[in-house]
Amino acid sequence: MEKRIIVCIKQTPDTRSVKMDEATGTVIREGVPAIVNPLDLYAIEAALNLRESYGGEITAVSMGPAKAIEALREAISMGIDNGVLLCDGAFAGSDTWATSYALAGAIKHLGGVDIILCGERATDGDTGQVGPGIAAWLDLPVATYVSTIETIEKKTCRLRRCVETGYETLTAKLPVVVTVVKEVSNPRLPTLRGKQRARQVDIPILTADDLKLDKSKLGLQGSPTRVVKIVKPKITRKTTLLTVKNEATLDQATGALAAFITETCK
Amino acid sequence: MTGGVWILAEQLAGRLQRVSFELLTRGIKLARQRACPLGAIVFGQGVAANDLQALIDCGADRVVVFDAGPLEHFQVEPYAACMLEVIERYQPEILIAGATTLGRTLMPYVAIKANAGLTADCTGLDIEPQTNNLLQTRPAIGGNIMATIKTPNHRPQMATVRPHSTPPAPRQAGRTGEIIKLDMAFERLTSRVQREAFEANPDKINLADADVIVAVGRGIKKAQNLPLIYELAEALGAAVGASRDVVDRGWLSYPHQIGLSGQTVSPQLYIAIGVSGTIQHIAGMQTAKTIVAINRDPEANIFKLADMGIVGDLFEVVPALIEKIKT
Ligand SMILES: Cc1cc2nc3c(=O)[nH]c(=O)nc-3n(C[C@H](O)[C@H](O)[C@H](O)COP(=O)(O)OP(=O)(O)OC[C@H]3O[C@@H](n4cnc5c(N)ncnc54)[C@H](O)[C@@H]3O)c2cc1C
Ligand SMILES: Nc1ncnc2c1ncn2[C@@H]1O[C@H](COP(=O)(O)O)[C@@H](O)[C@H]1O
Repeated sequence: MEKRIIVCIKQTPDTRSVKMDEATGTVIREGVPAIVNPLDLYAIEAALNLRESYGGEITAVSMGPAKAIEALREAISMGIDNGVLLCDGAFAGSDTWATSYALAGAIKHLGGVDIILCGERATDGDTGQVGPGIAAWLDLPVATYVSTIETIEKKTCRLRRCVETGYETLTAKLPVVVTVVKEVSNPRLPTLRGKQRARQVDIPILTADDLKLDKSKLGLQGSPTRVVKIVKPKITRKTTLLTVKNEATLDQATGALAAFITETCK
Repeated sequence: MTGGVWILAEQLAGRLQRVSFELLTRGIKLARQRACPLGAIVFGQGVAANDLQALIDCGADRVVVFDAGPLEHFQVEPYAACMLEVIERYQPEILIAGATTLGRTLMPYVAIKANAGLTADCTGLDIEPQTNNLLQTRPAIGGNIMATIKTPNHRPQMATVRPHSTPPAPRQAGRTGEIIKLDMAFERLTSRVQREAFEANPDKINLADADVIVAVGRGIKKAQNLPLIYELAEALGAAVGASRDVVDRGWLSYPHQIGLSGQTVSPQLYIAIGVSGTIQHIAGMQTAKTIVAINRDPEANIFKLADMGIVGDLFEVVPALIEKIKT
């Protein structure tokens, strides 16, 4: 009962080292290390766990600049079998609508998949829209915020989904798009052997034409949304800091804080 | 009559959720700016008639209801079928939903099918005067920036709005409106995903819904010390949240986690105790209205965000604080 699994991964700037150009209010991307979207690591690990339980083959798909091949190599060094990079000037500037169109095209191109895994969201765009978007383009069912992939049968799978008030148990028909949260897995580190393999393995690079995509649906021109302004949020908070040094200051500080909290809760 | 501003009202077990009324607050403003009617959409089974009327009392001019067994719980396929029907019939100019697990699943799915643009997790919505386009403002890159986005050429302009980023709309006296029940062909209500069971969070944690959150970090040192935090939370009627370190150590379960790889919250009051305020934690809570922190390290990053902070040992400060609050 081998499963064909696709994991969608995005290369993102490491948000820990994102710097702002204070004058222009834009993000400085130069020199910022690029990493695999940390929330996609949970999807990668979930895929590896599935292969360990059921057998099968995992392909990681990424859309991005040529450099994004590094993200695929990292996934392979963790144990993913194959990588495919969608790279074409036609993709540049795509919003989630256009991105999910391109990724759906690649998934169709790869053919015959049982489970498509995505991260909950990418830490740069922070939308979480691409997973459900892929499902819509492919007309597949989708389960989001999945915290456990319990079992996979021939034609169905059983999942747990984390929502605001608790956990739902779901059954879904295959093929299905699943977006996962951190609870789903505990990502492993790349191994030395994996790293060696990742260096050697051939990663095909596909263009819009290879995928027979409609270019009017891609890139900036194919994207319904436009970013019109970016600003650095002003921190307007004035912090009142009270320091506890002894009984008296403890009493004062907690008294002031209790009053502040009670006032705020009103 | 077509066009207008529409909101997706969310129900749980037949009762409308608070986020629905927050969306009305947003919708009322936008509909006024656009001088157009405000609609509300409800999917469910046996939704209380009083609640439907409440949408009108609180600002909706018309309420469109799909009431059917398969709509009792959210499933993306039948909900999308109904949403697409509303879009086709009424051609909304603007369609907004909560940035909840429901809204953040349904809206992107529908946006593709409707060939519409969608902006996630907005904290600000406005109309651009010259063009009448919707201006959607949202935090991005872990809250490092605020981006304003518009959808110039596609309709509806769709957005999800972060819960708690606005107060719910109050009732207004003497409002009238229309409640319209629509039917959907049974075959379009089928779903390839089925909900088999539900397990509610044990201590009723619903961080998304909480006005006040007491968040605990590694400073608490061990799980055995958590009752102190719960005592404070109880005194304030607050939900308990946690940093990732607390969850990874197994002191609290994952639904408590706030931050980049946990939940994003915007409560009225966020009380961080023994939390250092790393960039990944802040990504999940910086839009809280008021932030308070207790930490023994005066240099802790969380103080940079706080309205009020106490530099001190939480094991001294919290018991004293509980006592003050209780009296
Ligand atoms: C990809 C990724 C995703 C992540 N996602 C998240 C996320 O979603 N949420 C999240 O929270 N983190 C997340 N993290 C982890 C994050 O980097 C930090 O490890 C974490 O936020 C630290 O938690 P903390 O503040 O509880 O612990 P620490 O940073 O160890 O801080 C503990 C604080 O407690 C104070 N303290 C100690 N003792 C006392 C005392 N007696 N009284 C008062 N104060 C005391 C200390 O001064 C310190 O400031 C993520 C990291 C990565 C790489
Ligand atoms: N350019 C991309 N290439 C591959 N996968 C992507 C890309 N963008 C988004 N994804 C996938 O979709 C998820 C949600 O991304 P987003 O909607 O951008 O927040 C990510 O966690 C990835 O799994």
